[in-house]
Amino acid sequence: MISDKINESSPWHELTEGNKIYEAATSRQFKTGEWRTQEPVHDSEKCKECYLCVPVCPDMSILVEEDGKVAFDMDHCKGCGICAKVCPFDAIRMEA
Amino acid sequence: MSIRERLSGNEAVAYAIKQINPDVMPAFPITPSTEIPQYVASYIANGEIDTEFIHVESEHSSMSAAIGASAAGARALTATSSCGLALMWEELYVAASNRLPVVLALVNRALSGPININADHSDSMGARDSGWIQIYAESNQEAYDNFVQSFRIAEHKDVKLPVMICQDGFITSHGVENIELVEDDLVKGFVGEYEPEHYLLKSDEAMAVGPYAVSNYYMESKKAQTEALRNAKKVILEIAEEYEKISGRKYGFFEEYKLDDADYAIVIIGSAAGTCKAAVDHIRVKTGKKVGILKIRVFRPFPEEEIAQALKNVKSVAILDRSEMFAGTGGPLGAEVTAALYRAGMFKEVVNYIYGLGGRDITVGDFEDVYDELERMAKTHEVRENFKYIGLRE
Repeated sequence: MISDKINESSPWHELTEGNKIYEAATSRQFKTGEWRTQEPVHDSEKCKECYLCVPVCPDMSILVEEDGKVAFDMDHCKGCGICAKVCPFDAIRMEA
Repeated sequence: MSIRERLSGNEAVAYAIKQINPDVMPAFPITPSTEIPQYVASYIANGEIDTEFIHVESEHSSMSAAIGASAAGARALTATSSCGLALMWEELYVAASNRLPVVLALVNRALSGPININADHSDSMGARDSGWIQIYAESNQEAYDNFVQSFRIAEHKDVKLPVMICQDGFITSHGVENIELVEDDLVKGFVGEYEPEHYLLKSDEAMAVGPYAVSNYYMESKKAQTEALRNAKKVILEIAEEYEKISGRKYGFFEEYKLDDADYAIVIIGSAAGTCKAAVDHIRVKTGKKVGILKIRVFRPFPEEEIAQALKNVKSVAILDRSEMFAGTGGPLGAEVTAALYRAGMFKEVVNYIYGLGGRDITVGDFEDVYDELERMAKTHEVRENFKYIGLRE
């Protein structure tokens, strides 16, 4: 796995030629959650599991667990708040 | 036996493309490079080569398509001039930073404005920081020879960078000269097949080209790119040596013309070096004064130490630029050669001339005047102006 060998401490000669990546789906390893200034707080009491929030998340960071509950991938959620806006039951609240 | 022909510079480059039979050529016409894709399209239409020709709507697209084809694993090239190169600006940097061995046949022409279709180096000199290797030609023969060597340099595992093969618009691109072509099978054997290790069409390997690099990666990427360009120095010389074996013609970073014993030297790029050689021969016969030329072939990577060494024994140097860099201090070659001398600890009388912009003629008499000025500078240790013009009405 090439992405296991390259990280933010790699010296220049250990990068691949032209930064090409010889592996698929490596964006999972790029934790963009730290860009967040606000984060979604989920109220499972109010949530009706309608899943309207799932397809609108631009970062595919709203997951549906095996038991049907909604979960958030906070490594990749950038805190845009679209999920909170789209929720008909006020089950998602954005907090700073 | 080599093939003796009479070809224009554009025909010579197109002939080299025919001999190489590359995989993909996207191109958009612009004077004076138009003939290159035109001839290649004829070769394809006649069934002489099986290059995939892509008709694109602009040079932004021709370079983008060349980048895409190269990333996919194809041997890709294009041709352009002047504003066409300017429209490729963004992609030039992408090709170099993605380390794609694209080759560009550049026919040098002035940039607008005022709009002008004739030769100067403002197009390629503007792209000097784009990360491309740049090789310049004095004659049609050199344009052909440089082109045949281009893919070998670009595709070398220690380099993997795009190469710009430059020649002067109309002067060599449309001027017909005697030329010696290398036989087809020798060129094919010399250039060989392009077999990249990683490419997008490789079915058993996932690959991403041009990913986003955050600050933690960007600087290291640029250092790696610089190192690849520095590696090109050794590779360019090795390929030239190998090419000499099939062509009998010798190439280096630059040509030293009667420079061995010279007191006064002109540093120049491109076709005007031919006129300068006539001036050198004339001066040497007429006056016995020791005058010589350093004609740059490889401008990127810049052979700084080698240039300084070649000039170490001369008393004064005139550096001639066929482009303005609008620093108010002269041209790019002037700045870089002066820096090369300074870094080598050589403090000589140096003057920078701007000449030939927009196709302005330069004559044997003009060069004789430059050598007279060099002699005066060396005797008086006085440089009147750091940069000035040749053939400008004042």
